[in-house]
Order: sequence, then C-alpha cells, then structure tokens
Amino acid sequence: MLKFILKRLGYMLITLWAVITVTFILMHAIPGDPMSNLARNLPPQTRANYYAKYGLDKPVAEQYVIYMNNLLHGDMGESLKYPGRDVKKEILRYAPATARLGLQAIAIGLVFGIVLGIVAAFKRGKWPDYVVIIIALLGVSVPNFVLASILQFVFSVNIPLLPATGWGGFAYTILPSLALSASALAVYARIMRASSLDVISQDYIMTARAKGVSSLSLVWNHVIRNAILPAVTLMGPMIANILVGSFVIESIFAIPGIGSNFVMSIYNRDYTMIMGMTIFYAAVYMLAVLLVDIAYAAIDPRIRIYGSRQ
Amino acid sequence: MEKLAKEQKTSYSRDAMRRLRQNKVAMASVFILLFISVMCIIGPYLTPYDYAAVDTSALNQAPGAQHIFGTDNIGRDLFARIWMGGRVSMLIGLLGALVVTVIGVLFGGISGYFGGVLDDIMMRIVEIMNCVPYLILVILISLIVGQGMGALIIALAITGWGSMARLVRGQVMQIKEQQYVLAAQALGAGPARVIAKHLIPNIAGLLIVEITFDIPVFIFGEAFLSFIGLGIQSPGTSWGALAASAQQLLMFYPYQIFFPSLFISLTMLAFNLLGDGLRDALDPRLRH
Amino acid sequence: MDRLLEVKNLKVSYNTWKGKVRAVRGLEFHLDRNETLAIVGESGCGKTAAVKALMRLMESPAGEIEEGSGIFFEGRDVLAMDKKELVRLRGGDIGMIFQDPMASLNPTMKIGDQIAESLMIHRKLKKKEAQAEAREMLRQVDIPDADFMAQKYPHELSGGMRQRVMIAIALACRPKILIADEPTTALDVTVQAQILELMGELQQKFGTAVILITHDLGIAAGNADRIHIMYAGQIVERGRTEELFSNPVHPYTRALLHSTPKIDSKQKSVLYSLAGSPPDLMHSIEGCPFSPRCGNSKDICRESLPETAKISETHQVMCWKAVREMGGGEL
Repeated sequence: MLKFILKRLGYMLITLWAVITVTFILMHAIPGDPMSNLARNLPPQTRANYYAKYGLDKPVAEQYVIYMNNLLHGDMGESLKYPGRDVKKEILRYAPATARLGLQAIAIGLVFGIVLGIVAAFKRGKWPDYVVIIIALLGVSVPNFVLASILQFVFSVNIPLLPATGWGGFAYTILPSLALSASALAVYARIMRASSLDVISQDYIMTARAKGVSSLSLVWNHVIRNAILPAVTLMGPMIANILVGSFVIESIFAIPGIGSNFVMSIYNRDYTMIMGMTIFYAAVYMLAVLLVDIAYAAIDPRIRIYGSRQ
Repeated sequence: MEKLAKEQKTSYSRDAMRRLRQNKVAMASVFILLFISVMCIIGPYLTPYDYAAVDTSALNQAPGAQHIFGTDNIGRDLFARIWMGGRVSMLIGLLGALVVTVIGVLFGGISGYFGGVLDDIMMRIVEIMNCVPYLILVILISLIVGQGMGALIIALAITGWGSMARLVRGQVMQIKEQQYVLAAQALGAGPARVIAKHLIPNIAGLLIVEITFDIPVFIFGEAFLSFIGLGIQSPGTSWGALAASAQQLLMFYPYQIFFPSLFISLTMLAFNLLGDGLRDALDPRLRH
Repeated sequence: MDRLLEVKNLKVSYNTWKGKVRAVRGLEFHLDRNETLAIVGESGCGKTAAVKALMRLMESPAGEIEEGSGIFFEGRDVLAMDKKELVRLRGGDIGMIFQDPMASLNPTMKIGDQIAESLMIHRKLKKKEAQAEAREMLRQVDIPDADFMAQKYPHELSGGMRQRVMIAIALACRPKILIADEPTTALDVTVQAQILELMGELQQKFGTAVILITHDLGIAAGNADRIHIMYAGQIVERGRTEELFSNPVHPYTRALLHSTPKIDSKQKSVLYSLAGSPPDLMHSIEGCPFSPRCGNSKDICRESLPETAKISETHQVMCWKAVREMGGGEL
C-alpha cells in the first residue's frame, strides 16, 4: 500500500510540474506580454526591484527558471495590480473561507446524494424513486448560479430567513453550500441509485438475507460497501466541479474566498495572481484526486491486490 | 459484402429511430429544442424593438404588454435580447460540440489506430489536461484568445476534447481487431480508408450521443465565463451574459434573471434528456 | 420433534413483465431429523423457487407464495411468522448454501467476518468471540491455516475453498436443516467429491438434516436417503434411494436414469437423450405435465392431472399408468 501511495505521489509531482510549466507558457502567451508591461508603469525604484527580482527584461526561458526557483522556495511572486501584495499570502488569507464552503458542499452532496440514491434504489418504481430522479436531473441541468439566485430570492428576499451575502457565522454558509452542492448531489444520487440497483440483484445479497441479516445491517454492510465503489471514481470530477463552482458562488454571495478573488484578479488582469491561484487550484485538485485513488484502493480489496477489479 | 453491411446498418438505425420516437420524454425534449431554436431565429423579429436600442424612458420595466419580457437597466427590450442571446448561446453550444468532436475523433482515431509511442504521448497530453479542472483551462485560454464568439468557441473547444478523444480511441482499439477490418487491410486498404469507411460509421451512434451531452456543457461554459466577466461583450449578448448582469439586480428586479435562467436550464435539461433517449435507443442493453 | 419440515400444497409464482410464471405447482414433502432428502430435476423445474420459498426469500413483489400453501417448521407456520421469528429461522434454524460461491460471497468483506456475522446475529456473540468461533468453523470445514485465511477476501480463494466457506457460514449456528442448492455444480469434478464428503461428515457431526437440490442423479444416489424427482413444478416420483434406483416407475425418472452415460456401455452406442423439452411454466397445463414427452401417454393423461399411486409406504408416483396398475382395471 505504501509503495502504491509513494508511486502516485511521485507521479503527481511530475504532472504538477508539467502543469506549472504549461500555465507559465500560457500566461506569457497573452498578447502584449502584460507580465512585463504592467511593471513598466511602476515608479522607477520599485520597477528596478521588480526587474531584478523577476528578471522581467530577460528572455522568457530565463524568467521561467527564475520563477521555478522562486516557487521551490515558496515564493509565488507579487500581485501585478497591487505591487507589494504577496500572492501566496493572499491565497492563504482567503483559503479558509473557500475550504469551509467547499468541504460543506462536498459533505452535503456526498451524504444526501448517497442517501437519496439508496432510497431510490430500494423504492424503485414508487414515488420516492421518481422524486430522486427529478432532483438528479435538475441538479445536472440547472446551472449553480441559477440555483444560487433562486435560493437568494426565496430565502433572503421573499422570506427574510437567511443572509443573502456576506460571511460570518454558520447562517451565512447555508445558502452558498447548498447552491454549490447541487450538481454533486445530483450526480451522486444518480450513480448510487444505479449502483445500488445492481448490487441488490447480486447473489451475495441473497446469501446475506438467508443468514437472517437485518435490513439496516444489509444496507450498511453489504449494499453500501459494494455500491459505493463506482461513486468513489466520480469524486475527482465532482471536486473539480465544486472548485470551479466556487468562483461563481463566492462572487454571488460576496464570500471572501479564493474563488471570488480569482474572479477579481481576472477582471483586473492581475496575471501573477491568476497564475499563482491556478497553480494552487491545480495542486489542490491533484491532491484530492490522489486521496480519492487511495480511498478507492482502501475500500476495494481487489484494487489493493490486483490493481484493478478483475 | 458492403451492401449487406449497409443494409444491416440501415435496419439498425431504423430500429433506433423507432425506439427514439417511442420515448415520450426524448420526443418532448426534441420539440422543446426545436421551439427554442425557431424562436431564436424569428424571435427578434416578433417585437418592434431592436435588441440594442436604448430607451431611457422605460428602464427596468416588469414584463407587460409593451415588453413581453420586460426591459433591462438601460431600457433595452428583453424579449429581443433573450432571442438574440439565444442565438449566441445555442451556436456556441452546437459549434463548440462540433469542433470538439472533430478534434476528438482525429486525435482519438489516430491514437487508437496507430497505438505505440504515438498513442502514449497523446494519452499523456490528455492526462495532463485532465489534471486541471476544465473550466480553469478555459479561463486561461480565454485570456489569450480574447472575447467574442469565435474566441469563446476556441477557448471551450481547445481544452474540452479529452473525453471525446478517449471515447473514440477506446472504440477504435476495439474495432480494429475485428475481422472485417483485418479483411479490408488484407485487401490493401490504407489507414485513412479503413478509418473513414469502417471505423467511423460504427462509432457514429456513440458520437451522436456524446455530442448531445456535450452541447449543454458548452452552453453552461459560456454562461460561466459570462459570470466571470470573460463572456460575450456588449452590445452582443448571450443567455449567460443576460443572467450575469441581471444577477446584480436580483433583489429589485427578479424577472430579469428569470428568463435567461429559465432558457439556459430548459435547454440544458432538454439536451440531457435527449442524450439519455438517444443512448437508450442506440443500445437498449445499456438500459437498467 | 422428529418431523422438522412439512410442506403442503406449495404454490410459488413470479410476476414478470411477460406474464405470471407458476414455478411451483402444489409441492408436498416433508423432512425428518437426521435424514438427507434430494430433490432432483432439470433447470427450470422450480426446485430453486421452492426452497427459496421455504424461508420466504423470494423477491417481492416479483415472487409470491400463493394462497393455500403451507410451510411448517417444527410445527410452526412459517408463512405466519413475524419479522423476528423469520430472522431466527434464516440462518439460525435453517442454513442455505448456493450454487455459485464466487457470486454468493460479499466481495468486500473478509471471509472470517462473513461467518462471524451469522454468529453475531443468531448466537448473540460479541465481535471478538464471533471471529474466534468463525476461525474454528473454518477449521471444521478443513480450510488450512484458518487464522490466516480468515483475513482473506473471497476472490483470493479457489472455488472449492469458497464453497467450504459457504458451508461454514451456513452451519456456523448449527441449524437443524441445511438446504444445499446445487452445491457442486460450479466446481471441478475432483473438488465436487471433497465437498460432498465434507457435507456428509458435518451432517453426521452436527446432526443436521439436509435438503440437497441437484440435477445430477449420481450425486443424489451417493448422498441421499430419499429422493424426490421434480418436473414442471411438481414432484412426480418420490421414494427411498434404493427403491428409486431398483424400481424406477415414472417415465421421467426412467429417462433420467437412462441418459446417464454408463462406464461399461459399448464404445459406439449413441447417448440416450429424452426428446422434447419441459413445458413453459407461464401457461397452465392440462393433464400430466410429462405427457407430451411420454411414450405411453393416453387420453386421460392429457386431460387430467394424474393421481398418486402408492407402490410402497415410501414409494409414490404421480402417473395414470401406475395408478391403473396398482388399482387394477383399465384406463
């Protein structure tokens, strides 16, 4: 198992390096080479410092080396729009809000999605099944900003129950987490339903029933354990959705997270910020995927031993 | 031999069409999409107001007799704007899906057919692309290519062909081992001919399903970019752009966000349901 | 009580989207302490449906036990049992093993835990105790290095070992009856013999009565005290093993015996196979279900369901010809 983790970790670092390189190339492919341009408007002393630090007058290849070197020392550069603001510090400052929002959304999507999916499978053809199918369809087809708007309108404007924007106590996190979790919930409900239906028809469920296993124990020990495997593979795309969804949700609900700041940076064309945040997102995403792969191997004994389900 | 194959293919597609026509949900989706498409074409002509015409005397009016969908914050008729915007959103969805399909088929076809080192390199590229969430890549490309419909299609398509390529590659690798392909090759058919005449017709069904599911992804992508500020610029508009600008006035004029949201959701839903229906029609064995 | 199981007029049907399949049509049999009963029949004759019904294991709403059926375990009405009693019946009083051990074991649960689960439910053991007892059970079924194997998963075992595990699960709580549904069909021939031998040993040891479902008369011959031949949802001939083999009466039984290749048959002789196929259980059947394939079929066979002829106290046949011969007179 440890060998498996180390191998994947090494692989991840290589791909992360590739992603950073590609991002660097893309940022420097922007017409007008703003990376160098904006610095030109700075007061002479600051400009000189910038040039020295980032080698902005040197060829792109050298700048790349400097950037990578800085990165290895934990330096992601400074904001182009607000010189002096350290990119890394900004990211870390806004990370907690995004983390909280993201984790809550994942939790809601996962727990409710799985529960709804299992309920639908056991009540196949009856009304709970149809309700879940409709929820799953809507969650996938209705964009999260539409849902966010609806939630804001219904629960903040019409019934002044929850705050529409801002970030403070738990109440501020409810609507945004719900809006962000919608697509994950829909995907999970759908896959758990399909997977549970498949598992329920398997012979080993009959064995368990013949042993006298109670319904609750049947679901927990036999159905969920086997049905959840396909769902785990979907966690990667789901996390990507939530990461990206946070851009819009944080903007709509005025939450001080990385997402809303990423959107601001794009608006400001603050390319060092954009690059720093992109690398951050890529790293977080890849780490999440790695954790999911490890979880998958931990849950399915067949993967651990054979590397696949065969 | 080819005639027999053609006959078999025709009856297969006839069967599939019959199954599709029997699927009420899928048929309803087709009608909804047709209706929306028609409205996108003729909608702007059904109202006396030009979609870009500013009217300071009619700011933020709720839907009424004069303006069926109301007006926006500078007095433009929303009915006209919704359908003009619909043209853009639908076109981006359709063209984006088409471009992605072409790239994906080329890439996946070549990769799957030739295999070996070429396949390895190409698959590594896809893998690296997959390491970053799709929409983040779209944002980065968008910063380079700018805004405007063509640029948006490029940004959405150039990063989104991965799953299509993998699908095609998988199918090609399966099919190329089949007897009739080996037979054609033995008769001297070159790779291009084999790919075009034998491989592609057999994956056509899967492609159609995949395209149908891709379209709403691109419609959503464009709307997403509009919310970020990277979408279609004024005076042009799209459903996403309309929704984004209406978002700020949600508290006061909720109707402004209602219509673009409705049509985005409805269109995406219809394409998803149609995709499900097509998948069921083409391979009923996949049904539960 | 010596009579463990009494089944009267069991009717089981399945509602499929094509129609109602009447899989079991009025089954009657009993099982006493310490004996082995074999139910022999082709696939599709309803034997699996019948035994699943014994513990009410059909998937409702698809499967149902019809009105007028009677299943009695130690005198108690199984069909009237509440949830708690059913749970005790399943696994506690009656254990069951199935045909395909790979598909019948939970792939994500260690085999030791799968045995322990049964012990925790029925003998109310704590987890540690149950696991220890599970390892003991593995030793009982001749699985080597039980402590090590208990931590393994089903896919890490061979077919024969998996079936041993199934036996361990079924017998862990020392049930009074073991139902074995085609226990050796999915196994290699050499392993088959081992498993049957093991079952025999354990049966002696624990004093379990066994219902053995099989399509193989040879297996029935070697392991059962009594044999019931099942055809189209009913038992057409029943008797003690010796009686059935020395004096098979029903034409279906005779055909089954005839079609077993014999080791001393001539090189060039053609293998005997019975013409025709079993009736479609979706339709109601007029008369004797075997008459289309029977060489001796008469009008009465096609018109009404045969009565049961008593050849001896223990040997009965459902056949008009036998009825006539027993009672005398013409058909």
